[in-house]
Parts: sequence; structure tokens; C-alpha cells
Amino acid sequence: MIDEDSPGMNPGLAEAASGEFPGETENGNGRTPRWRKFLRSLKVPALAIFSALFLGGILIILTDTDVLWAWARFFNDPMRALTRSWEAVWDAYSALFAGAFGSLSAWSETLLRATPLILAGLAVAFAFKASLFNIGANGQMILGAIFSAYVGFTFDVTGWILVPLALAGGVLGGFLWGGIAGVLKATTGAHEVITTIMLNFIAAFLLAYFLTTDTFLPSGSANPISKNMLEQARLHRFIGGERVDIGIFVAIAAVVLVWWVLEKSTLGFQVKAVGLSPDAAKYSGMKVALIIALTLAAAGGLAGLAGATVVLGATGVLTGGVIGNLGFDAIAVALLGRSNPWGVLAAAILFGGLNAGAVNMQAETQIPVDIVIVIQALIILFVAAPGLVRAIYRIKKVDTEEAQSFTSSWGSS
Amino acid sequence: MKVELRGITKRFPGVIANEDVNLSVNSGEVLALLGENGAGKSTLMNCLYGLYKPDEGAILINDQIVDFETPGDAMAAGIGMVHQHFMLVPVFTVAENLMLGNESVNGPLGVLNLGDARKRINDLSDKYNLPVDPDALVRDLPVGVEQRAEILKALYRDADCLILDEPTAVLTPDEIAELEKVIRELADSGKSIIFITHKLGEVMRIADQIVVLRHGKVVGRTTPEDTTELGLASMMVGRDVQLVVDKPEAEPGAPMLEVRDLSVLDDRDAVAVESLDFEIRAGEILAVAGVQGNGQTELVEAITGMRPALTGSIHLDGEDITSATPRELWTRDLGHIPEDRQADGLVEPFSVADNLVLNTYNWKPFAKGILRDSSEVRSHANQLVEDFDVRTASIDTHAGTLSGGNQQKVIVAREFTHSSRLLVAAQPTRGLDVGSIQYIHGRIVAERDSGAAVLIVSSELDEVLALADRVAVMYEGRFSGMLEGDEISRNRIGLLMAGRTGDSVDSQDGDSQERDSQETDTREPPTQDPAANGSTE
Repeated sequence: MIDEDSPGMNPGLAEAASGEFPGETENGNGRTPRWRKFLRSLKVPALAIFSALFLGGILIILTDTDVLWAWARFFNDPMRALTRSWEAVWDAYSALFAGAFGSLSAWSETLLRATPLILAGLAVAFAFKASLFNIGANGQMILGAIFSAYVGFTFDVTGWILVPLALAGGVLGGFLWGGIAGVLKATTGAHEVITTIMLNFIAAFLLAYFLTTDTFLPSGSANPISKNMLEQARLHRFIGGERVDIGIFVAIAAVVLVWWVLEKSTLGFQVKAVGLSPDAAKYSGMKVALIIALTLAAAGGLAGLAGATVVLGATGVLTGGVIGNLGFDAIAVALLGRSNPWGVLAAAILFGGLNAGAVNMQAETQIPVDIVIVIQALIILFVAAPGLVRAIYRIKKVDTEEAQSFTSSWGSS
Repeated sequence: MKVELRGITKRFPGVIANEDVNLSVNSGEVLALLGENGAGKSTLMNCLYGLYKPDEGAILINDQIVDFETPGDAMAAGIGMVHQHFMLVPVFTVAENLMLGNESVNGPLGVLNLGDARKRINDLSDKYNLPVDPDALVRDLPVGVEQRAEILKALYRDADCLILDEPTAVLTPDEIAELEKVIRELADSGKSIIFITHKLGEVMRIADQIVVLRHGKVVGRTTPEDTTELGLASMMVGRDVQLVVDKPEAEPGAPMLEVRDLSVLDDRDAVAVESLDFEIRAGEILAVAGVQGNGQTELVEAITGMRPALTGSIHLDGEDITSATPRELWTRDLGHIPEDRQADGLVEPFSVADNLVLNTYNWKPFAKGILRDSSEVRSHANQLVEDFDVRTASIDTHAGTLSGGNQQKVIVAREFTHSSRLLVAAQPTRGLDVGSIQYIHGRIVAERDSGAAVLIVSSELDEVLALADRVAVMYEGRFSGMLEGDEISRNRIGLLMAGRTGDSVDSQDGDSQERDSQETDTREPPTQDPAANGSTE
């Protein structure tokens, strides 16, 4: 970037050049067509994914003993080493892709896994719009799962009432949990990174505790597995025989809602103003503390809804590990999706696909599922360090500016 | 040392910051580099200082072509830069700061040799008449002394060419006079000096040769003997300018703002404003002058609802607004141009259009319920951009990418669209170019003439003199004097800014307005202002 040493320099020059800012220069009138902006915003994530798959391919080669043997005889038969490598990588990624997107049931598995990632990813992304780093999606999901599970196995009413009620319970649980961090931040300035991490632990142990109580356990059982959800509380599986449920529609609706709030509503305007410039927000009369508290609570609500879709959908019971690390994967999803609701949707489907395809890949090629985790980690690494991608592919700064500001602001509020 | 820039061109994506710039400065010479904000002065000097690499052209030192990769190379070649924002570590002493990056050490453990450093600093201080205590912590130093330490730091590294980037922006008039003397002495001892500024008076006083930049190009070379301030101004702006604000006599009405016994705490809970009493009448401009950091910021924040008052009351047209929020004040017709336009006045990543509705975004017609109406916001923005002559590529351009002057116009447009009863403008033209200053001053006077009470806070004497109907000078949280009509003079304000009270400035002037200042009588004036001590009228 040009630098901060010369205040007024860049903008002033920008004016000299008919109001253009160096970083924004595109065409004469300063308004870049929307589709070009869209394509540009895809560049870094796409290259990050490509780079991660490339490095993943090398790992696949290194873990395949047959291929390594071929390399050991490289000087006898160099072509063989290369073709064997290519085949190994090709087979693995084909299986991965087939397992993710290759058939109806592959799509079903992908979308099933994407559902909570979408919702929890939105929870992270929405908070990020207010410059709040919500690491607490996991805890908020757990609370959502607890609340909705309780509703789901307790109230024996018709599904038309019970499902919305149980989902609302999930939202409430997450809302309260996120709200704790929000109120602490708004009133005492306690940093949300610290409080949400701590609340994650509290949530995990709270869940463990509930799974020892008679309220949650089936009578006579000491196993930490809750009562089953009532049949009518389960999310409807709309493709016969496939596991994907209507949770995916809930998630997509949430994407639309978050997008609408951020782009079209005065609430979103305030959230973004508070996130980008709390001083200016205060100066213009916004209630900064209230917005902060509300944003974290709302983010918690989204994560809580994610937790609800897990217990009401895929699992149908509440267990200690029901949420696993989904809340942390959600951070990766938000990062890859650049905190844009639609980006989150795409990133969650990609991650859901990688997770679903990994199973198929292991089944067909004996390559361990873990390679997918490595690939996911690499994607995040590349997205989080756009400078790296820029250096590798020699992209000019302009294209990656947005990503930079995104990642460099994390945790800086 | 002779320093020469030959054909320097520096491009950034989409803009040419410097185009074929030639200049040279000989030892013993002061070269003033003059230009509006954004004219390319700083970029040019950053090229010379090794921060940027010019795309074309060459830098010559004593007629040898040099190639600077880093500021370290430039320093080694004898070029020193005093930045506009000081680069000293506040918790280090002067000696430690000067050694930083250039430490002399004793023994195998590398113990700092502070004794040596102290001795060299004292020698330099004596030689160039730059008194500073090597063992004082930088954070305890007044700004003027801090700047002296910066200059010493460059000299400590044996700089033969000194670049001073807008060195007077933060100084009192006395400190400026002192600095001008120092610069002259440095030049006389054989240093070459490049002095960056956009203030015309200084240039006329101290420069040997003047180079004027506009839009990155040299548009004029002259000397103080061959030109006038007006001539320089029109060269900078590229057209004839009028330096004085066209201001009819004030016709003050009833008191609009009444402040009684107001005390305010700063961020560290120290009393920043102490029992202030004053009023501003409708149709009157009260300018609060003073060196920055004497409570002006806190005073403004208290009046505009950004900071609670510790004691006292504030009334607007009879209504108590002591604890009103910014939003309530807005509905009561308070216009506020904040001191820090980039932090408080704008959300820089927002578009110009969104910034223009920053405090009305939820009002009709810009929102219906919680649904924003972007077409209303856009047509509003198009209108204001035209009315206020905001130079922006489009209303969708991010406000942060506009020049300072145009950012300020966005704020002014927003605050002036509804008629104010009270207008509070803090440093309304800081860092702006002549054209924008002229425009904004005109708008402020127009606001006064339409019956608003106007409070200006400014550390620029020229601005105070140009706008004020009455001048209050703030020193350590109080008014050290209140001047009216013929009493307003550069000299008097200057002395009051340095903490001299109204009585000692002019002992016959014992009118009631100076009651406030009685208590400051016994205070020692700051030691860095020997000129102020000696020159009581």
C-alpha cells in the first residue's frame, strides 16, 4: 500500500486524478461494474482453494507407498513415477468430488453437513461486520442444541408447531449465550474474544452436566445420551431415503435474512458503522453499546439455530460431542466467505462437500480422511494471508485489498 | 552538502504523484517546498529519504548519483528527516531516543553508553542552540521541545541535509519564531534545509528559494524577494485567491449558547476544562484559540454530547442540554464539525452517499421503518455533492479515498443541510488547501449571518483572526483571555496562548471578561517560550 506516512497524500493525489483512488482505479468513472467486482472478489478464494488442493496433492503422493516406490526407481522409469503420481492424485480427488457432488446422495450428504456450517458461519460473519470476533459459535451452538433438544423431546404437539418452537428454542439459547458476551463487552469493555472462548468451555460443561440429569436422560439410563427427539420434532427429510433435511432451507433463509439486514435495513447500517468506525457512529448518535450487545446476541441466535438443526436433524439426540468443532469450522467458513452472507453459503457448501467427499475418498482409495482437514487448513491459511497468494500468483494489490482489510481487522476491535 | 533531484517521476496505480521534478539545494540554503495537500510534497521527500523508489529520475548528492533502497541508506548519506508526526518513543529519554538504531555500547554485554550520548547531545545542543535535557522523558516534553529533539536526532546521525515535513503545524507562534531562528542557524552552519509547508507566511520569512508544487509538478520557482504571499497562493492553487474572508459586521442577537461553571474530565480523568463561563449570541462567531491539548477538545465534546460534564450547565436557547445525547442535539439544530474528521466525522469505508446520511439514516425519507430507501439516499447525495462542490468520482466512492478537503466538504454538507442554531466547528480547516479553506470559511460565515451562534475551535491563528467576532484563548483548561473587537491581535493571542494572562498582556485591559484568567496569573509560563517571557507589551 502506498503508506500512512504522508497524510492527505493519497486522497489528494486521487483528487488530482479526477477523484480516483489508486486502489479503486478501474475505469474512467470510478464505478466498477458489479459483475467485475464479483469476479474480482472470487480471485483470492479461488486461488487459495487451488493452492490448497495442489499442496494436498503432494501430500497424497507422499503418503502413497506405491507412488513412492515408483519415485525410488525414477531413473529407471521416470514416466512411471510421474504417471503413478498423477493417477494417485486424480483418483483421490475424483473420489472426493464424486463423494461430494457426484450424485444425489452425495449432494444430500454435502448439504446436510453444510447446514450448520452456513448458520454458524453467518454467526461469525455477522458479528464480524460490527468488528466483533465471535469465537463463541461453538458454545452458542451447544446452548442452541440444549434448548431445542429440550423442546424437541418434551412437548408432544403437532410437528407444525413443535418444529418452529424447537428451532426458536435454539435461537433463544444461542441468543442468550451470545448476549452474555455482548452485554459484557458493551458494559465493561471485556473483549469478546476472551469472553466467548470462556463461554465455550462453560457451554461444554453445562451440556455435560445436563446429560447427567433426569430431565435430559431417558429414565433408568446413565449413558450421557439424551432422550430421543419426538418423531414429529425431527426436521423433514424431503428426498426419500436421503439424509438431507429442511434445515438447509432454514439456513438459506437465514442467508437471505442476514444479507437483507446488512444491506437494506437501518439496523445493518448501524452495525456496519459501529464496526467500521465506532467514533463516527457515536458522533452520529448511534447507541454503540446497544448495537454491540445486540449484534453478539443476534450472532449467538444464528449459531443457536445451527445447533438446533443438528439435534433436530442429523443426530436426533443430544450427546456430549454433538456439536464437535463445528463452531470453529464456522470461523473458517466465515473467513473463506469473506463475511459476505452469500460467500458464507458457498464456503459452507464447499466445506460440507469436502467433509462428505472425504468419506468416499477413504473408502475408494484408502487415503485418510485427515488429508481433507489439511486441505481445509491450507485454504484458510491462504485466505487469511492474502499476501501469500498475491506473492505466489503475482496479483496486484488492488484485487486483494478487501481480503486484507478483512483479516487484518480480526480481533483488533 | 548539495542535494539535487533530477527529473523525479513517481507513479502510483492510477495517479502520477510526481512528474519530472527538478530541484536542488546547496549547503547553507533553505529551500521551501510549497504546495497544497496532495500536491506531492511528501511523496517527493519520501523518494529522497529512501521510503519510495522513484520510477524515473535520479538523486544526486554532491553531484554523485546515489541510489537509496531504504531510509537507512539515506541517513548514511547524510539526509535526515523530521516527520510531521514525531517518531520518538514517549517512554524513553531524549538520549535513549537519539541513540535508538545507532547505539554506542560498552563491553561484551552491550551496555548502553549513555554518558557518551549525553555528551554528544549537549555538544550538539550548544552548537546549534537547541537546548534540551538529554535525561527528560519524551512524553513529558512540550511539543516544541519534542521537535527540537527530533531535529537533534537527525543531527546526531550527522545529517547534512535536513528535511522538515510541515514542522510548524503543532507549534505556538512563539515556538514557530524560535524554530525559524534555529533553521536559519542550521543553514548558516552549512546544512542544507528542505522545508515542506503549505503556510505562506513562514515561507516568506525563512526561505532562500521557493519551489511550488501542484498536482505533482513544479509550477513555480521563486524567492521571497520576487514574490508575495498572494503570488505564492495563486501559484499553489492555480488561480487568483482571496486570502481574507469576506465577512460583514456581526449582528449579534440574544444569547444562544450559555455555558456556566463547566468542568470536564479528559480520558485520564484529569480536569481538562475547569469552571468555564461564557456565552455565544445568535449571529456571532466565538473562536477559541490555543495550543492543542489545553482542553479545547474536551470542551467541544462536552457541548456536543460526546463527553459528560463534571460540573456546570450548558443551555441552548434556554433549554438545558448539559446531558443531551448527540442525537437529541441534532434534533435541536446543533451542527457539529468534529475535530478528527476521519475518526469521528466519517465512516471512511462507507460511500459518500451513506456518509451524507450518517445521522439521518433512520429518518424519513431515507428509511421507512427499518427499511432503508437507497434511491432517496442517492438523490440526496447527488444534490449535496453538487451544492457543496464535493469533488468525488461518484457518490458511491468510499469517503476515505477523498482528499481531506473533500472529506471535510462531505461533513460540512451533512451538517449544514439543516439550519443550525448552534454550529460547533473544531479545527474546521486543518490540513486543507487554500481553496477548501476559503470555501468552508465562507460557509461558516453564511451560517452566522443566518442567525446561528458559532463556536470555532482552532489552533491556526490565521483562521481565528479571519473568522472571529470574539476570541477566547484557552490555556490549561481555562480562558486566559477573552478579546473583542480591536483587542484582537496576533500578538496578544500569541501571548495568551503561551499562558500569559490578560493582565500581563496588557495591564490596562482589565475588563470583566478576564476574571476567568486571574488564577492562572501565578502559574509559570512554559519554559520553552523564552520569547514570551521577555516580550510583554
